[in-house]
Amino acid sequence: MSSSIAQLAQTLRERNTSAVQLTRDAFAAAKASHADLNALVTIDEAGALAAAERADAALANGSPSALAGIPFVHKDIFCTNGLRTTCASRMLEHFVPPYDATVVEKLAAVAAVSIGKANMDEFAMGSSTENSFFGATKNPWDAARVPGGSSGGSAAAVAAGIVPYATGTDTGGSIRQPAAFCGITGLKPTYGRVSRFGMIAYASSLDCGGVLARSAADCAHVLAAIAGHDGRDATSADRVVDDYAGTLAKPLQGLRIGVAREYFGAGVAAGVGAAVHAALKEYEKLGAALVEISLPSAALAIPAYYVIAPAEASSNLARYDGVRYGYAAKEPKSLEDLYTRTRAEGFGAEVKRRILVGTYALSAGYYDAYYLRAQRVRRLIANDFSAAFKSVDLIAGPTTPTVAFKIGEKTSDPLAMYAEDVNTVAVNLAGLPAISLPAGFSEGLPVGLQLIAPAFAESALLNAAHQFQLATDWHLRTPGGVQ
Amino acid sequence: MSTASRIPPPESQLSGWQPVIGLEIHAQLSTQSKLFSGASTAYGAEPNTHTGLVDIALPGTLPVPNRAALDKAIRFGLAIGARIAPHSVFARKNYFYPDLPKGYQISQYELPVVADGTLAVRLDDGRVIEVAIERAHLEEDAGKSLHEEFHGATGIDLNRAGTPLLEIVSKPVLYSAAEAVAYMRAVHTLVRWLGVCDGNMQEGSFRCDANVSVRPAASDKLGTRTEIKNVNSFRFVEKAIEYEIERQIRALENGEKIVQETRLYDPTRHQTRPMRGKENANDYRYFPDPDLPPLAVTADDIAAVKAAMPELPEARRVRYIDALGLPEIDATQLCADRATADYFEAVLAALPGEAKLAANWTLGEVSAALNDAALTIDASRVPASALAQLLTRVREGVISGKIAKDVFAAMWTGEGSADEVIEKRGLKQISDSGALAAAIDAVLAEYPTQLADFRGGNEKLLQFFVGQVMKRTRGQANPQQLNALLREKLKGE
Repeated sequence: MSSSIAQLAQTLRERNTSAVQLTRDAFAAAKASHADLNALVTIDEAGALAAAERADAALANGSPSALAGIPFVHKDIFCTNGLRTTCASRMLEHFVPPYDATVVEKLAAVAAVSIGKANMDEFAMGSSTENSFFGATKNPWDAARVPGGSSGGSAAAVAAGIVPYATGTDTGGSIRQPAAFCGITGLKPTYGRVSRFGMIAYASSLDCGGVLARSAADCAHVLAAIAGHDGRDATSADRVVDDYAGTLAKPLQGLRIGVAREYFGAGVAAGVGAAVHAALKEYEKLGAALVEISLPSAALAIPAYYVIAPAEASSNLARYDGVRYGYAAKEPKSLEDLYTRTRAEGFGAEVKRRILVGTYALSAGYYDAYYLRAQRVRRLIANDFSAAFKSVDLIAGPTTPTVAFKIGEKTSDPLAMYAEDVNTVAVNLAGLPAISLPAGFSEGLPVGLQLIAPAFAESALLNAAHQFQLATDWHLRTPGGVQ
Repeated sequence: MSTASRIPPPESQLSGWQPVIGLEIHAQLSTQSKLFSGASTAYGAEPNTHTGLVDIALPGTLPVPNRAALDKAIRFGLAIGARIAPHSVFARKNYFYPDLPKGYQISQYELPVVADGTLAVRLDDGRVIEVAIERAHLEEDAGKSLHEEFHGATGIDLNRAGTPLLEIVSKPVLYSAAEAVAYMRAVHTLVRWLGVCDGNMQEGSFRCDANVSVRPAASDKLGTRTEIKNVNSFRFVEKAIEYEIERQIRALENGEKIVQETRLYDPTRHQTRPMRGKENANDYRYFPDPDLPPLAVTADDIAAVKAAMPELPEARRVRYIDALGLPEIDATQLCADRATADYFEAVLAALPGEAKLAANWTLGEVSAALNDAALTIDASRVPASALAQLLTRVREGVISGKIAKDVFAAMWTGEGSADEVIEKRGLKQISDSGALAAAIDAVLAEYPTQLADFRGGNEKLLQFFVGQVMKRTRGQANPQQLNALLREKLKGE
């Protein structure tokens, strides 16, 4: 299923297919690719078919939503009522939530059809989807390589054509990096634009729900459905949702794109740099002006992120104690034994590493030196962006320094893995929206261009990405050829 | 504002040592729903029935602050003349315990909603001390671990988890167990007066941790303190502090060092003992809760709370003395709780100018009857309006004050209103001079010897005749009229 949401919506309205048919097609594609990709953790055939039947009825009644009847997958971090939600962790292997996340509720409300739950790094901690209790997901472009992470299952499912879009979450790059690695478009909205209610927490001040799809236009449709204020999330933004699809067509004449020199440092592979520069040339052709800018605190983003995110995670994941739900150690000898074995056995290595780092960073005597200092760096980074946005409308750079790396290549070196996030984490620290869009190839693998916008300027991002996609066909390339 | 600490009164020193006490009072805010979820806060339900998704800390759930709890915290802050923070910050206090579902408690740490207040506290001997209150912050309660009913296991009841608490922290400016308890009582009165806490200590709605240290009387440096946790009665707080002061003085006099630790009070032995070491060794890793933006309080919010603020107990007490002319002791007792003061005022409203009469009855008959029946004044079997009717009849001279007590007793047992009881029992005072004169004549005829004695100069016999006439009229004679008429007849004029 490599058609766009708009194409599918039209086909459905013309009765050339049905939601039930599209859903069955998606099951077939998911099953056919499962052994190769391992993109999905759960396929919900019964639930999806029921939803598809409801969608067909809604379509017959003239449902106005572009998403009605179109199959998709949720990252397995969004709670789904009655359907297990694992966060790719042994801890939640059999956890069945009694409620729907707001994002789940909103997509169901427009008759979108979720066919299942996508694989991910455990509790969204990772950049390769290798940290999954259910095994690594593979990159559809090269099964020896990672799809990126943590939303790797979502990215692979879209890139492989199983579904036209997938939900994802982005705490330090977890939507944009896998989108870049898999040659698709990934949108991380402004912090607070999409409700976090029902989205299992990794690092609350950074976690952000979003979408991975083939194109910016498709992202616009999905964002319109999932964005909005939610009284169940105190950090949710109480402001009007823009008409994202309605502003896609705006010409880019006069757009000022900041090119941050820090995003083209020594770590950026030559092929990646070349593809991104070529993409920027394309923007000039579209009428945009390139402005060289500097984000002086950029290098501090990784260390700050890897203090703040683990600190919050160490507290957020304290609830997995074997007392009320989730994995519990068998035959505990004492309360302490229950706690230690439940958490030792239930969490994977990377999750434990971050809990330890975060616990340390918050400990008496270290709090000021680590957590508070990281928060000050966070402010500097946000100030960098504010200053830059006084003279430019968007900021551009490579989403990742390299193309998709090999499975196993970085698993033994956490710091090398963390360096993957060098261009993405600052955006989360500042709470800004950003998009990664396909911008060419290097070594035969997709390269992602990242555009960053001021808070709540998703329309500008989607507009700029869409205009690029009208002029190029990178986003139409699939592992199976050009669409 | 200034919170210059008080100088310890000399009598608070004990054989050269000065005790210093600070209290942390946990007042459960009387809101319908919990601090961060919509679940009910009602006490006494079946275990784990007042628990929502948030309260059991299901993955993906998020806290949303309850503004009603914030308003109550502001109300308390205004009542103690404190600063209300325009932005207060919720923080996470991290520790593992089975009745703490999230693995952290949401509290306020560096930026509490209420800071720097004072409370005037009246001691038993009439002295008034100004107690500095350092802060009052919002936090959620934990659940309960139930050890009794489960053999070899622990039951967890999360009904209480997430219930809003206001933790009220005094400065270490209390210098004896008696002062500490007087302060605790004053806070108890105030929170109930303000309607922010029901004050029910049996249900744990109002409980206290006491920080106790002693130092040489001449020193102004604080000694090492211990914290006595979770004491929930005034008497136990007093006993626990007294014990702890003695224990510390004894230890210091033996040349031992006081260990900073948390101790528990054992009410059967009247002792404190240390909590296990592990429970003392917590590093709570406080940090601002990223799920909750700073809690904003605007000038308008404060103005709205102010507008709904009841007259405070001290203001009312002063008004009762100055404007109503009540004796200080009556005013103090009436203002011991708002319901009593309100009852008194409701009675007074129907009897303008009779403050003393209304006060006497509120503090006398009504209070005694409530005590006997173990009722609070809101549940009085004789409501203020009914008492007002009774006292109106006394003032009108329909019945005497003495008869009124019987009528009150009858009203209490449900015989009806004052008028109904008076009517039914035929208790109307005899003010008809003809009937009174007849009764007096009959008595004088019955006791000629006494009459002769009286006329011979034994005027003490007046009371004897009054008693006889009252007996004959079954107490219904109008006392003033009887007196006047009797004197006339005794003189034989």
